[in-house]
Amino acid sequence: MMYTDQETTLDNLKRVSAEALRCMQCGICSSSCPSGRHTSLNIRKLVKIAGKTTDILSNEELWMCTTCYNCQERCPRDIDIVDILLDIRAISVKNGRIHPEHRNICMMLIEHGHAVPINEEIRKKRTTIGLEEFPETVHKYKDGLKEVKDLLASCGFEELIIQTEQTEKDGNI
Amino acid sequence: MKGLSLFLGCVVPNRYPGIEMATKLCLAKLDIDCVDLESASCCPAPGVFRSFDRTTWLTLASRNIVLSEQKERDMLTICNGCFSTLEDANRSIKHDEGSKEEVNKHLRKIGREIKGDIDVRHIIEYLYQEHGPEKIASFVEKQLDIRVAVHYGCHLIKPTKDRELGNFERPAFFDELVTALGATSVDYPDKMACCGAGGGVRSAMKEKSLGMTRAKLSRIEETGVDCIVNSCPFCHMQLDAGQTEIKEMNGPDFNIPVLHYTQLLGLALGFPPEMLGIDTDIEKNRTLTDLLDQQN
Repeated sequence: MMYTDQETTLDNLKRVSAEALRCMQCGICSSSCPSGRHTSLNIRKLVKIAGKTTDILSNEELWMCTTCYNCQERCPRDIDIVDILLDIRAISVKNGRIHPEHRNICMMLIEHGHAVPINEEIRKKRTTIGLEEFPETVHKYKDGLKEVKDLLASCGFEELIIQTEQTEKDGNI
Repeated sequence: MKGLSLFLGCVVPNRYPGIEMATKLCLAKLDIDCVDLESASCCPAPGVFRSFDRTTWLTLASRNIVLSEQKERDMLTICNGCFSTLEDANRSIKHDEGSKEEVNKHLRKIGREIKGDIDVRHIIEYLYQEHGPEKIASFVEKQLDIRVAVHYGCHLIKPTKDRELGNFERPAFFDELVTALGATSVDYPDKMACCGAGGGVRSAMKEKSLGMTRAKLSRIEETGVDCIVNSCPFCHMQLDAGQTEIKEMNGPDFNIPVLHYTQLLGLALGFPPEMLGIDTDIEKNRTLTDLLDQQN
């Protein structure tokens, strides 16, 4: 069973990373990477191992990319590096790996319909500068918030995020 | 050309409401037909939610787009992140029948359906392409004789395969909108570098993200400007709140005012800083507003 799961994940990784096979390891991506100057992110290496091993799913560097697209723009082989990286991140999340801070943002969305919800201080500030206390968003329209919640349920998003929490508790991360 | 609906997103209404006020004041003064978009949610943010589950990301983005479709209006964003999500989602809906059908399966459950018959605009490219710097300049009531570090951010212009705003290495359109207000756009090293916030890095790895911010702010400080002007509230937060966070980590005290373009435009259109949410009780902003006062 474990083996089959592993195979499926690797198949997924191979599918989303197919384009990365065109990489000639020139390193223009890494030298263009603003994150790589300040973190351990080596995007050239990630492209090299993309689709070759499931080890990439636990590589912290996956989450150091700010998605600035410099690497993708400058790649002489026209590999959509950032798009591939985002797809690999999604596979990582489906395998139960997500940062606690990111899970919190997901819970904000699930509860409030906003990844960054309003707070007391801002409600007050809004009225001070002549705006309504609540913006014209799902913060004000509760039927709209219900629609968002229904869509998140329909897409299985809440389930996905709760599942990552369970995986973490089980120590499988 | 269709009228517009204003998509607020999260950071503007819930952290920097001054940018919301500035946007509304400027659009009215420029006589641009733009109405509120009621009941919209998070775009949802491209760096995080698209990283987690593409279908959820696309479906929620599509609901927001539907709200504007029902008004028969194009959607105006004031954030690079919202622009990235909504523009990318809208393109998927328009050009990929499979994605459209998948999304509509979910949307029908809440009694909605996406058609793909409007466009998503970002206020910077909208002002540049539909009005142009000359027309903007004709509205200016107060010439701003200041030195500005323009920060484009990433997702306004990249990926270039999906945006039609020219070369990403040395773009000029945003600078032209700034110089139209009388200001000087100062060239500086790493001008096109990322602020460090995107991709979920700010939320999950704050210190690492601030490393990028600190480098960018250092280049700007060495160059010497009166303020930074951006096109994105998330970059705005990183460059503004980031200064406090860097100082708290025993880093330098940059003390550089940070304005969203709508706030700079608002000043040039004659609105007082307080109306635009530029807090004059914060020392770094007072340096800028005092300078502008002296020019009166």
